[in-house]
Amino acid sequence: MPAIEVNGLRKAYGSLEAVRGVDFTIEEGEVFGLLGPNGAGKTTTVEILEGYRKRDAGEVRVLGSDPERPAPEFRERIGVVLQQAQLWPNLTVRETHAIFAGYYRAPRDVDEVIALVGLREKAGARVKTLSGGQKRRLDLGIALVGDPDLVFLDEPTTGFDPAARRAAWEMIRSLRSLGKTVLLTTHYLDEAEQLADRVAVMREGQIVRVGTPRELTSTDLQTEIRYRQNGEEVLVRTDEPTRVLAELTSAAVARGEELEGLQVRRPSLEEVYLALTAEQEAEVEA
Amino acid sequence: MSAEAIRIAVRRPARRLLLHQLRSEQLVFWRSREAAFFIFIFPLLLFVLLGSVYSGHYQGVPAAWAVLAGLVGYGCANTAFAGLAIQLVVRRENGILKRLRSTPLPPATYVVALLVSTLAVFALQTVALLLLGRAFYGTPFPPDWGSFVAIIVIGAAAFAALGTATASAIRSAEGSSAVVNFILLPMAFLTGSFGPVHKYPAVLRAIGDVLPLKYFVKLVNAVYLHGHGFWTQPGALAVLGAWGAAGLVFTVFKFRWEPRES
Repeated sequence: MPAIEVNGLRKAYGSLEAVRGVDFTIEEGEVFGLLGPNGAGKTTTVEILEGYRKRDAGEVRVLGSDPERPAPEFRERIGVVLQQAQLWPNLTVRETHAIFAGYYRAPRDVDEVIALVGLREKAGARVKTLSGGQKRRLDLGIALVGDPDLVFLDEPTTGFDPAARRAAWEMIRSLRSLGKTVLLTTHYLDEAEQLADRVAVMREGQIVRVGTPRELTSTDLQTEIRYRQNGEEVLVRTDEPTRVLAELTSAAVARGEELEGLQVRRPSLEEVYLALTAEQEAEVEA
Repeated sequence: MSAEAIRIAVRRPARRLLLHQLRSEQLVFWRSREAAFFIFIFPLLLFVLLGSVYSGHYQGVPAAWAVLAGLVGYGCANTAFAGLAIQLVVRRENGILKRLRSTPLPPATYVVALLVSTLAVFALQTVALLLLGRAFYGTPFPPDWGSFVAIIVIGAAAFAALGTATASAIRSAEGSSAVVNFILLPMAFLTGSFGPVHKYPAVLRAIGDVLPLKYFVKLVNAVYLHGHGFWTQPGALAVLGAWGAAGLVFTVFKFRWEPRES
């Protein structure tokens, strides 16, 4: 059974259609990235799946439950990291974990979770003394303390410095090795590329592409071949890189020339993403 | 499994959750120095101060007794109304309430634990007032403990309903304590919590006459100073109950768990 199934999901706030017919499926144990610019409908989608918001239309199953009418154990089995959440500033890291652990029937060991999120040295420290990155790890810790099967991470590294982001990525990878299903929203492409088994690109309330990061980069944009001829940069975009490259190189060999600075490169996910999210503007211009 | 066994299986974790949340609330309250000072200590300091200012007799009893009764009233409004309202707004706008909603903790358990925790703080404060009064000013203990406990619970419930209603009406955490104190302090002065109001202009006394704290102080005076049963004050109970009911209705319709959209 898939962990999450979404069909024809729609949600409007007044006249603003935040989610306009979204479909996707997330398998158990999968890390799924929901990628898109601000205002694309990512958070609305995730908050419907978490049970915070009612949908206007569509079918939603999360761990076999409809989140609007969840089974009693639904909240025992999910862990949530919200975009913005502050906890009690005067409690310690361990006390905060212990409070949340007390809400679950079968929580994980508090000190084990604190070590997992890398806060062992801070276990006795007050929450108000933590850095921004450490507070985010605390958020993750209390989302994991109930030993959930499914973890929602809404923009888990927004506002992090590069070192803190790498540390967070390591933690999210460790969730996969624990067998958790993870739904991650992000507007960082490298984050989706690094962490997600599959990525859905959202734009204006719709999913415009779903696939593994490799599929996305191989299907959408042409391969680029660059070289210099007579001091001028030449760029060839092609769907048939093998044939084009063979023609170029054999022609050059026949002329006895060197193709200076020859490069063949696949588009990065970033370029695919920019192309996907720019389509709308192109349509408007046309 | 028999029906009885199922009921026990369902109830046990509910009671465990309630106790856990009650302990958590108490930890959060006492760990916050600002809350512990302004909500718990401040009325005690005011009592010691005002008790030394007023002398002679008032309402047929030594002035310090009446000051104590007024401060029980102020303590109730300060703890159950102002303290609860500010805590709820801050927790809502910080996303703590929203965060808790994703856990298996039932909302009803959360609310009950918060109310019982607030009542516990107020009850402890009242005991501290009685002990301080006895030590410094020779004030008596309540002549009828049953009625005294009853009005403490009734007052805390009514003001807690007004506190949750006020939290529902306040939109942001910034300035929430200013708004709440702007209601609390004039109410305390106009209703006689800090001393007699008979020299106030008629219009101010008329405003005081519709405020709930006036009727709670009246109940405390009747029960604590004059040894009447709490049921001998049906008018005061009715006004207090009406305010509490209005607060409850407003809360039910307007309370939000989530912060304002940014």
